[in-house]
Amino acid sequence: MTVLLEVTSLRTEFATRAGLVRAVDGVSLQVRRGECLGVVGESGSGKSVTFTSVMGLVRSPGKVAAGTIFFDGRDLCQLSSEEMRAIRGRDIAMTMQDALTALNPALTVGEQMAEVMVAHDETLPAGRAARRSAIRERSVEMLGLVGIPSPETRLRQYPHEFSGGMRQRIMIAIALTCRPKLLIADEPTTALDVTIQAQVLELITDIRARLGMAVVLITHDLGVVAEHCDRVMVMYAGQVVEEGPTAAVIERPRHPYTRGLLASIPRPALRGQRIEPIMGQVPDLVGLPPQCRFHSRCPMARPECLVAVPMLPAGPGRQARCLRLEDLA
Amino acid sequence: MTDATLAAAPSAESLFRRNLRDFRRNRLAMASVAVILIFVLMAVAAPLIAPQDPNETDLFRRLQPPGWAEGGDWAFPLGCDALGRDILSRIIYGARISIFIGAAVIFLATGVGILAGLAAGYFRGWVDVVISRVVDILLGFPYLIFAIGLMAMMGPGLLNIVLALAYKEWVIPCRVVRGETLAVRELEYVEAARALGAGPRHIMWREILPNILSPVIVVSTIRMAHVIILEASLSFLGLGVQPPTASWGSMVSDGRAFILEAWWVSTFPGLAILLLVLAINVASQALRDAFDPRFSE
Repeated sequence: MTVLLEVTSLRTEFATRAGLVRAVDGVSLQVRRGECLGVVGESGSGKSVTFTSVMGLVRSPGKVAAGTIFFDGRDLCQLSSEEMRAIRGRDIAMTMQDALTALNPALTVGEQMAEVMVAHDETLPAGRAARRSAIRERSVEMLGLVGIPSPETRLRQYPHEFSGGMRQRIMIAIALTCRPKLLIADEPTTALDVTIQAQVLELITDIRARLGMAVVLITHDLGVVAEHCDRVMVMYAGQVVEEGPTAAVIERPRHPYTRGLLASIPRPALRGQRIEPIMGQVPDLVGLPPQCRFHSRCPMARPECLVAVPMLPAGPGRQARCLRLEDLA
Repeated sequence: MTDATLAAAPSAESLFRRNLRDFRRNRLAMASVAVILIFVLMAVAAPLIAPQDPNETDLFRRLQPPGWAEGGDWAFPLGCDALGRDILSRIIYGARISIFIGAAVIFLATGVGILAGLAAGYFRGWVDVVISRVVDILLGFPYLIFAIGLMAMMGPGLLNIVLALAYKEWVIPCRVVRGETLAVRELEYVEAARALGAGPRHIMWREILPNILSPVIVVSTIRMAHVIILEASLSFLGLGVQPPTASWGSMVSDGRAFILEAWWVSTFPGLAILLLVLAINVASQALRDAFDPRFSE
């Protein structure tokens, strides 16, 4: 598999009143064609910001301060805003966290789908009528693909006429209309209830296989990652702390933070036992000293951990940012 | 479901329909809509409805009382003015001026206000600073004085009245649009549109504008009543529509000298102003109650 997206030493900073916040600090990652990468971390770990940086959508006062983002052979950081706009939606699509508010309430679903196509699709026929019927056909097809029954009538409806799960599917359908090479799904299931969550994730996995696109699944649910992702990347306080094939990472985490995350998942087998939380809190991202960021919460911390820890090889295709990863093997 | 949860539902279309239904149920509002329609009809079909030529003078009918009073003639139901012109006919023709100017000013001002407000709210930065300062400066002037000054500079005439009033009127829709835009531009669906490659023009016209239209419509209707009064005031002061064209404001002014011996000359056009403005106000209040979630119980 060739590499589709390659991010190297990305740093995204927010100039706040309290000081410079490095929300993303030296993140490097790769997404291969057709692969599903899971990105896990708690709120504020920088997982969303990493990918809004990739999309070029970081809001002021934030900015991408350093690093390169290569997508399909092009450095996205060097592109003009026009060129970047052409890529968004056509080559890389992103679905937003909250399905319930991510559709425009004043336009019908059909209109919203048509707009993406009009903006990006050069293969549409030239004539007005032909164009309209082509758009219609494709919209019906996409809604069918995400499992919305009677798509012809549904196209004329407004977002409020759909349930939450359906809206999430519609958002995915809109994101997929131009057959992007990469879909970034930012917490696609957070706002949904459990049964719908499973359906939506199945849908993404299924479409990924059919269209052969790569997917980045941003979530804080390791269970979701275990089931749907080829590889997983764990983020903590703006850095990647562990990365590798999903099965291997979950079976044998090589970073104490990953281990803590896994231990805090409720499991039927451990019924009656206390769930082990990770003690303490995520450090303030302003003015962090160059040392292991998990140090203050780490049960395995030692004095020698007070240095900047690089990503270290931790097995085949794996890396972890921990000096004691051998002790975790 | 209670009204509160309905109002909170992010559903413009159903909200719009529900609001319209609320509005239709309000009897007082429907009555005032009927009054407004009657005035509009009067304005449109003035030549067909008016019993007399509004500008035909006849000094033998000078200050002739209304039809029911002593010395009156039912051919001139509301009496005649100092030049013997039929007051009813002049009121009917005067409706054209009031409604045309009211509509034209609001149309122009809302158009400009939407453009400026969207630009200020969407682009922020120096665009917002420039537009907002201009708005603040214009708001600092008393409206009528400002309009009088402009009329004095531009000279009288229908188009000049529209411009003189619209010059300041646009700041009101502009402020509403700017505020709403600031709120809506941060919403998830705008971000989602951006993530799908939407440009600023698309975001302003398709994502933001359709979602902020309700308050703009409500404010514009409320302001229309103000504009009609302002036009009447300008005409009253002799700076508005020029004689012999009938305008309610100048008719009130014409009768001022004879208010004691011929009360009807000023009173009936004054009543016409009162009735139309009241109807628009009542209708716009009901519109606001129906469309603005903050006012619905």
